[in-house]
Amino acid sequence: MPRIVKDWLADHVELPAGLTAAQLAEALVKVGLEEEEIHPAAVTGPLVVGRVLELTAEPQKNGKTINWCQVDVGTHNEDGRSVADGGTPRGIVCGAHNFGVGDLVVVSLPGTTLPGGFEIAARKTYGHVSDGMICSPAELGLDGDSGGIIVLPRDMGFAKEDLTPGQDAIALLGLGDEVLEINVTPDRGYAFSYRGVAREYSHSTGAKFTDPGALTGAEPAATPDGFEVLLQDAAPIAGRLGCDRFVTRIVRGIDPTAPSPEWMRRRLENSGMRSISLAVDVTNYVMLDLGQPLHAYDLVQVAAPMVVRRAAAGEQFTTLDDVRRTLDAEDLVITDSPDGAVGSRVLSLAGVMGGASSEISATTTDVLVEAAHFEPTTVARTARRHKLPTEGAKRWERGVDPLLPAVAAQRVVDLLLEYGGGTADPAVSDVGDAAATAPRDSITLPAGEPTRLSGVSYTPEQVRSTLEDVGCEVSVSSERDVPAEAFTVTPPTWRPDLTGPADLVEEVVRIQGYDQIPSVLPKAPGGRGLTTEQRTRRSVARALAETGFVEVLSYPFVGAADYDALGLPDDDPRRTSVRLANPLAEDRPFMRTNLLVTLLETARRNVSRGLSDLAVFEIGLVTRPAPDAPAAPALPGGVRPSDADLDLLAAATPEQPRRVAGVLTGNREAAGWWGKGRVADWADAVAAARLVAERAGVEVTVTADTEHLPWHPGRCAKLEAIDASGRTHLVGHAGELHPKVVEAFGLPARASAFELGLSTLVAVAPGEPVAASPVSAFPAAKEDFAFVVDAGLPASTLREAIVSGGGGLLEDVSLFDIFTGEQVGEGRKSLAYAVRLRAADRTLSADEVRGVREAIVAAAERVGAVLRA
Amino acid sequence: MSTPDIQATVDPLDEAALDAAVEQALAEIAKAADLDELKAARTAHTGDRSTLALANRAIGTLPGPDKARAGKLIGPRRGRVNKAVAARQTQLEAERDERVLVEEAVDVTLPAVRTASGARHPIESVQERIADFFVGLGWEIADGPELESEWFNFDALNFGPDHPARQMQDTFYVGGTRTAGGPQDAGAGAASSNLVLRTHTSPVQAHSMLDRGAPLYIACPGKVFRTDALDQTHTPVFHQVEGLAVDKGLTMANLVGTLDAFARAMFGPEARTRLRPSFFPFTEPSAEMDLWFPQKRGGAGWIEWGGCGMVNPNVLRTAGIDPDEYSGFAFGMGIERTLMLRHGIADMHDIVEGDVRFSTQFGTEI
Repeated sequence: MPRIVKDWLADHVELPAGLTAAQLAEALVKVGLEEEEIHPAAVTGPLVVGRVLELTAEPQKNGKTINWCQVDVGTHNEDGRSVADGGTPRGIVCGAHNFGVGDLVVVSLPGTTLPGGFEIAARKTYGHVSDGMICSPAELGLDGDSGGIIVLPRDMGFAKEDLTPGQDAIALLGLGDEVLEINVTPDRGYAFSYRGVAREYSHSTGAKFTDPGALTGAEPAATPDGFEVLLQDAAPIAGRLGCDRFVTRIVRGIDPTAPSPEWMRRRLENSGMRSISLAVDVTNYVMLDLGQPLHAYDLVQVAAPMVVRRAAAGEQFTTLDDVRRTLDAEDLVITDSPDGAVGSRVLSLAGVMGGASSEISATTTDVLVEAAHFEPTTVARTARRHKLPTEGAKRWERGVDPLLPAVAAQRVVDLLLEYGGGTADPAVSDVGDAAATAPRDSITLPAGEPTRLSGVSYTPEQVRSTLEDVGCEVSVSSERDVPAEAFTVTPPTWRPDLTGPADLVEEVVRIQGYDQIPSVLPKAPGGRGLTTEQRTRRSVARALAETGFVEVLSYPFVGAADYDALGLPDDDPRRTSVRLANPLAEDRPFMRTNLLVTLLETARRNVSRGLSDLAVFEIGLVTRPAPDAPAAPALPGGVRPSDADLDLLAAATPEQPRRVAGVLTGNREAAGWWGKGRVADWADAVAAARLVAERAGVEVTVTADTEHLPWHPGRCAKLEAIDASGRTHLVGHAGELHPKVVEAFGLPARASAFELGLSTLVAVAPGEPVAASPVSAFPAAKEDFAFVVDAGLPASTLREAIVSGGGGLLEDVSLFDIFTGEQVGEGRKSLAYAVRLRAADRTLSADEVRGVREAIVAAAERVGAVLRA
Repeated sequence: MSTPDIQATVDPLDEAALDAAVEQALAEIAKAADLDELKAARTAHTGDRSTLALANRAIGTLPGPDKARAGKLIGPRRGRVNKAVAARQTQLEAERDERVLVEEAVDVTLPAVRTASGARHPIESVQERIADFFVGLGWEIADGPELESEWFNFDALNFGPDHPARQMQDTFYVGGTRTAGGPQDAGAGAASSNLVLRTHTSPVQAHSMLDRGAPLYIACPGKVFRTDALDQTHTPVFHQVEGLAVDKGLTMANLVGTLDAFARAMFGPEARTRLRPSFFPFTEPSAEMDLWFPQKRGGAGWIEWGGCGMVNPNVLRTAGIDPDEYSGFAFGMGIERTLMLRHGIADMHDIVEGDVRFSTQFGTEI
């Protein structure tokens, strides 16, 4: 994101003296340019220019040779006097050899802090007290050759006569600037430039702004002998030409060794950009300044005509970063025509990155400057496709002012001439679509619209003047069918984001100040409260929490190995999963199809942290895709899709039912002074599952499920419910986990679990108000029964028989004992039930009780039960 | 105590002997240290073989006039003894009851919880609390799928296919449906299904507008996904709450009023909000929202809380709502951030790892 060097910004807008980066940030955030970071000054303390007076090479035992130097640092000498005034130079040890007596260098004296918090102090080394350090570019956080220390005239382009020993090198090298980095939102491409930020600073503070991007009149028009450029976009994206303007200028005979001026390098480096060569630096400088990305070609390497066209699919091109790329038919390229083969050689990916062949080199004397206008979508797609988010691409994809190319090209020419010598060709090319520079569509804005949307009263005059400040042309609307007070607003060329009245409203409100908006709570019409599903979710969660379960959340990402750990067979439908194209971890690319797979992982983590007496639960969505579901249609925004299209979207979106799952390990009741604890078992899981169903208002039936992993084949309950129409729905499973699953997840033996469909429960729940039964105050009759049955008979079957036999008088039945052993015989068990009978309207007679008892016994006998004597 | 040896016939008229028996009885009753001793004394002095009982029985043998006199001598004396027994009985029983309670005392500081209590995850509890606030305003709570079509996640919200904002968010794209562990499970690199894990809860707003139209006042809390690696302040799976109001005459002032009320509900009466201009594709004008946070470490101050704005007319149009007739505002903030601020949680790992010690601190209500 852009970094703002204050003195550069001050070229375009008046800044108060002593403005800090924090104050600048505060002014900019008011108009929507947020502070990303304030980069502190790189260097503090006495970093000064020094002149090497003496240099003694001293070979060391370790094979190195060090230089013992006497360096004049002017008034920073120990005695406060420069050598010229009779002072004594400082002695400094230096390991580099790329300098000599008389050179002007950068010295960090004791008390200096260098980038990275490196503090300089006088220290004893190689038999001397070194009273500071002679610095390399890297030590100062500067880019540059790492071959040794900086000699200021040689390496940085300073004139010797501008340098004095003792002079502050922090200011000289721009190392003392705090730099504000701002965050530019995607709609404000123009703020990717000093031009744009200066304008916004002016909006925020009223400071005087001078537009460096305005046409000056000095920009020459195209000439017939300009470098020939052909715009041949045969496949515009969505009807928009990839390139609608292309300006070239030529400067011949520049000195290829001429360095960029120090101020330019400092500004570039403080703006986060490396200095490369004069021609490249100038194009970067003008891009940062105006927001117009530019490209400089070595003219000798380019054969006319240049052709801007779409790439052929599969065409090859090696970009500046030395990567050979296979181009896509959508990529826009700039080509030239060697040996008369028109448009045959790719020179650059338009707006994104150039290639090595036509790059400015150390011998380039003739430069072709390109200042074009590219279409945002084309550049954005190419940058994304080739993963090249370059400075140019960042600007193009956000939109660049189409009037800039001529201005920017002129600036480049001016700077090249000033610092590189040479002459500008009078030949200029400027080709393109007239629409590129035509006035933009105007917007009709009712004068009251800003007030209607903001709740702040603005006068029409405030609306008008604010929009004019932003750069819009505003006139009173002449359209007949708009309200009397309406404006016709033409946004400025650098604001492609202003396309409708709401955009203009934002401009008015933000520049007048968001702090003027009052605080008024709106009155909503009464709502219906939470939905049944939402209330059920809360009720279930609270019930589980209050019976000792702790709620946790787990990530929904799983891998095949996780399903293997659950023991799921290869063809289990729960393996049919949505796979992410770009998962965070390649071994977990799928969306979970059940909750237990991730909840068990969470249980494992807790157990591994020593928390083995565990009861956890999670409520969340799972994804159950249909294997053959169609892809979702790609539909445009901005228009309401047809109902048929909405149905297609719905059909393509996988089922995502809400589930609730729980895992129990270790003790359900703690051991303590009262005695032994009670280990959680299958029954705790089934009880929790029944509690969930009860809280959802659903009556469930429980049967054994002998093959449903991850559960134990002999200890797994299947819960089902019947809906209002009589259909049976699977609600879920509960019981003890399969021993292999317990082992795979490293859980204590006998770990148990449940997982139920919460969405299913809500769908099945009758939802009708409970029809209350009257409470009988007549006495109850209590009858006990002990039945002997086959060991394999489910208790629920016998219970149902008892209930049916008991008829309307049966109020309650509970199993109070199970007994096996010799008395009941091999393969048999005894189940003892307590039954409570009661009538609504009378005390039961002994005969009635006897009758019910006989009916119960008879019903039990029908399921093979024998009453014990 | 041995049975008093007064079995010889006692002259029922021997006043001195009777008094002696009473004295002895009263002395032994008084002396009885517990209920057993008292029982023995009562048997000895009021039982059938006691002096007074025998004397009483002997009255029958006396001549007429003496009978009455003996009766007057013995009756009151027996009464005195019985009364003394009863009084002592009451006293000793009270002492015994008191002693039993003392003896039954336990160490009430012993651990008493046999089944540990559970807890809600605070991310869930805080979402419920937020929902309660909005329900209190008369709004409703809307839910939606977490895996969405790109259209609902982006296009319906004015993110065009090439909009840079579509790259602003690091989106999980869906490759397709595969059998985990099956032969082709690795072969889904391309995002051809036009499905994503929702990057915000805004698609729920689009669903609600399409399904229900205007006026509409909804809050949408829920889980969202972005491709951030887990660290102290980021998590790829997190939670948001968004609010949307669409009605005639709604303004940014209503947005500010709603945010201020919400801030007070979450952070106390001194909390309030301020807006800074910003950009979101689905709102115009748009704003970042700062919260005045009284409990901020190092002193009260502004901190970023979320984004908001007036619903972009394109979004209303996409949902079939006429932007000239209706206006709306929308806002969203991170639940994790809200929770971390409210409860001083420093590390995201604690929220996402599922360690029960984290949830347990919060109980069932926050």
